[in-house]
Amino acid sequence: MKLRRDVFQAIADPTRRTIISLVALQALTPTAIAENFDYSRQTISKHIQILTECEILEQEQKGREIYYHLNPNGMKEIAEFIEPFRKLWDDRFNKLESVMKSYQSKK
Amino acid sequence: MEQKTNVIAEDDKQEILITRTFDLPVELLFKAYTEPEIIEQWMGTKVLKFDFQKHGSFQFSTSDPKGNKIAFNGTIHNFVTNQKIIRTFEMENMPFGVQLEIYEFEKLSKKTSRLKQSVIYQSVNHRDQNLKLPFKQGINWAHNRLEGILTKSK
Repeated sequence: MKLRRDVFQAIADPTRRTIISLVALQALTPTAIAENFDYSRQTISKHIQILTECEILEQEQKGREIYYHLNPNGMKEIAEFIEPFRKLWDDRFNKLESVMKSYQSKK
Repeated sequence: MEQKTNVIAEDDKQEILITRTFDLPVELLFKAYTEPEIIEQWMGTKVLKFDFQKHGSFQFSTSDPKGNKIAFNGTIHNFVTNQKIIRTFEMENMPFGVQLEIYEFEKLSKKTSRLKQSVIYQSVNHRDQNLKLPFKQGINWAHNRLEGILTKSK
């Protein structure tokens, strides 16, 4: 259970969530990640370190550069992804329902 | 708490199952998936093409908050009026793959119905990426808005 608590702590921080979202799209170097923020390189390095310790990010050496990518096993722990997905569909279906109700009353 | 919309995404599976109950007769629910003007209203997308027949194809387009155009397309594989639609769906020029969608429409009472939407992805990895999209969009949009505010204040 220790790992699980760590994972949730890791994604509770908005900066770390943004880092996850960036790396989720493609593997990135620490420099490329830091370019997305106005914070110092050190601050971003600290966040990357926490995410790596929680096994959400994985390091990969490519030539002279270190790339970070998402560890799919680490992410599986996070049922939290299901809720935004469910919310999106719930909103969409609510819209469908109201559109069809007004369509029905027009007939 | 009983929720109207449920999502089941098991670990290491290629599919997502979405179920929803509607306060709508099944005929109206089915119509929402087969009439282009209605699809536009609830999906919030432009319908460029919609040929609802066996082996007919469709194309939608939408814009992200930065104004980039995103297009979607698919083919109707088969359907049974008021019961079932089987179609494919793909986001163009994106690495999310093509998905097979099976919609099952069920009459619960005269005024209520249930939709069972199974979505099968190319791989477990594609499934996971698609599942994370709303989460990532939520963050990215917030991030873009913040960026916009920061840019203006410079």
